[in-house]
Amino acid sequence: MSTYSSSKQESSKIYIWVWLWLIVLTAVEIALAFQELATLLMLFLLIALSMVKAGLIISYFMHLQHETRGLKWSLIPPMIIVIVLLFAFFPDSIRILDLRP
Amino acid sequence: MSEVSNPLNKSLWGGGRSPYRIGSKKFGMWLFIVSDSITFATMLIAYSYLRVSTETWPTPFHIWPSLANATLMTIVLLGSSLTMVFAVNSSKNGNRSHVVRWLVCTMLGGIIFDILHIKEWLDLMHEGVTLVQNPWGTPLFGASFFSLTGLHMTHVTAGVVYLGIIAVGTARGKFTHEDVESSGLYWHFVDLVWMFIFPLVYLMSSNLN
Repeated sequence: MSTYSSSKQESSKIYIWVWLWLIVLTAVEIALAFQELATLLMLFLLIALSMVKAGLIISYFMHLQHETRGLKWSLIPPMIIVIVLLFAFFPDSIRILDLRP
Repeated sequence: MSEVSNPLNKSLWGGGRSPYRIGSKKFGMWLFIVSDSITFATMLIAYSYLRVSTETWPTPFHIWPSLANATLMTIVLLGSSLTMVFAVNSSKNGNRSHVVRWLVCTMLGGIIFDILHIKEWLDLMHEGVTLVQNPWGTPLFGASFFSLTGLHMTHVTAGVVYLGIIAVGTARGKFTHEDVESSGLYWHFVDLVWMFIFPLVYLMSSNLN
């Protein structure tokens, strides 16, 4: 398999670094929880940090960065489009507070 | 593996060249992961919607024991992802006994995660949280919390069984590198989902005063 996966024999060092970064980002998230931010701001910050973590896991742990460009383009954009569409009704969650009598 | 014997290395015009250059098992796992991530995204967005739109949302997660427990679960699951990476690396180098050893470490991580999670569930149930009611606020909390974390716990448990099968098969020389790699993809995905559940469910509903 190694002939076409284009990757050299990566040392496990890079994975330990990625793992440490994941721990650091988790610590940042926990620190954020202590800051008593507004609910929406907190939600956006946490989603942003989690997306960074997801990116690290997908590209390093799941090796997507070593796959072909075709595979990346087939998997990631459709997933993102569908998930973004799921947010279509999300603004209602803020509006609904004012609509209630 | 030589250049000639590998069907994936033929020229574009020679036919038989795979556009994605991965095996069908691994591709199948990727497709499953994409669809499963949309399932989890739906539930997470539903949870966040309810969280933002409800003024009486319960915040039952105190620093001790809930948040400490959830943080420990996060570290255990992240650690098991690292051992899974080592398992796939050993498999790439053809070292079967190491693969089995790292797979067993990963399974242990999954089992510890499950035990901690069930303990937390029992604590919450003891405090009176059920699917239809809880002592603090909107009754929707129980249903959304248990269905979201329950679906994830099911994935972890299924993953432990899956890795067990892969470990036994690898020890017997029945499975190839691709099988180990596919199980690795699944395990990392379960870890990835927890990276969203932990902040959105626990940190968003925490009470740190």
